[in-house]
Amino acid sequence: MLLIELATGFCLMVGAIFLLVGSIGLFRLPDFYMRLHGPTKATTLGLGAILTASIIFFSFRGDGISTKEILIIWFIFLTAPITAHMLSKAALHVRQKPRADTLNQDRLASIRERRQ
Amino acid sequence: MLDTIALAVSAVIGLSLLLNLGRFMIGPHMLDRLIALDTMYINAIALIVILGIFRGSPLYYEGALVIAMLGFVSTTAVCKFILRGDIIE
Repeated sequence: MLLIELATGFCLMVGAIFLLVGSIGLFRLPDFYMRLHGPTKATTLGLGAILTASIIFFSFRGDGISTKEILIIWFIFLTAPITAHMLSKAALHVRQKPRADTLNQDRLASIRERRQ
Repeated sequence: MLDTIALAVSAVIGLSLLLNLGRFMIGPHMLDRLIALDTMYINAIALIVILGIFRGSPLYYEGALVIAMLGFVSTTAVCKFILRGDIIE
């Protein structure tokens, strides 16, 4: 039983650290395209670790293996790239300025004009 | 031991929710506020799952699923509004 608690606590702490790192990235990075990196990568991984902890915790309570959390993991892993893609397309559409020392800024116009 | 860990992890996620709220308030454009709101949805899912572990009840799972679906739909709808000027064409 102690081993299960240890595994659950470890997964919870890993997930919380990833969520905190993603939120710090969202708060501190300088422009919008950089700010997109923090939440869409780190919070997905953090939520995956926390839901894994939930699976471990509820599977060893005597009610059989808990598979419901896999539905949330599947949904989040499916929708996080779609959300990031829509956000970046909207940022290109409203002509958000990247940081001044970003490389290859002249290609932004051709990406913006490209039809799906 | 697991109760202490769950409380500490809830405090850390509350801190990240405060950081998201800060970005939500100072965000210079509407898109910054939108991405802050989307991250707040994800943090709320994590918080409600941890509440389920803390109380030892598997009933909080439905709430987490509903929050996940509503977060995706609302973020996509606002993105569509910014891109096209309309949600349902």
